Amino acid sequence: MEVPILKQGDYLIATFQAALSDADLNQLRSGLIQQVVKLRSRGVLVDVTAMDVMDSFASRTLREIAHMIRLRGAETVIVGIQPEVAFAMVQLGLTLEDVTTALDLEEGLAYLNEKFKNTH
Amino acid sequence: MAPAPEIRVAINSEQDIVLARQKGRARAIELGFSSGDATLIATAISELARNIVAYARKGRITLNVVNGLNRHGISVTASDDGPGITDIRQALRDGFSTSGSLGLGLPGVRRLMDEFEITSQPGRGTTVVVKKWRH
Repeated sequence: MEVPILKQGDYLIATFQAALSDADLNQLRSGLIQQVVKLRSRGVLVDVTAMDVMDSFASRTLREIAHMIRLRGAETVIVGIQPEVAFAMVQLGLTLEDVTTALDLEEGLAYLNEKFKNTH
Repeated sequence: MAPAPEIRVAINSEQDIVLARQKGRARAIELGFSSGDATLIATAISELARNIVAYARKGRITLNVVNGLNRHGISVTASDDGPGITDIRQALRDGFSTSGSLGLGLPGVRRLMDEFEITSQPGRGTTVVVKKWRH
């Protein structure tokens, strides 16, 4: 199951589906970084609203995506982590550490717009 | 409640991890667990199945109904015929990993569930049984 990556202005939006395998996540990671380079994106929004399980592999991949994209000078925001998923992540001992998160796409966009408002 | 048949999922590749956790969530919901508890159970299954793929390559996840005195719940058994764990105490410590990626696995799974049991024989394999009771 491939994750669609949409371009919106300076930003990319990737929307996760529920049943992502490790291979899908790896593919998303390389797909996103390629698109960020190709399109010179400033920000990436990763929407995980539909994800019902965030295990150690998924959260490590998200962290790697955010760190790789930061090295490119762009910013990643993970949006839509469900409350139940957040609870399970904390129980499991998973953190997204220095990765920015926001409630939903709207808030994620607002964050990126605020961050880049003086640089255009 | 009539005893439900057990569900077995063969774990032969990382694709099966998704299948196992989907079946686990569906079974938990059938048994009357809240959606939040079903998420905890599905997450635990995901980690256990991942351990199988990472350390033993092949194994199985078995889901069963368990009955206590005044309660019932679900048990998840993850078993494999892999290399086994030499030092279980070390494997249960937060941050320990021999595959370079899975240090959170077992202690995390223990926190997600109500009961946790592990048996392992070096060279013979590992079996982890976890249970969650309906509250």
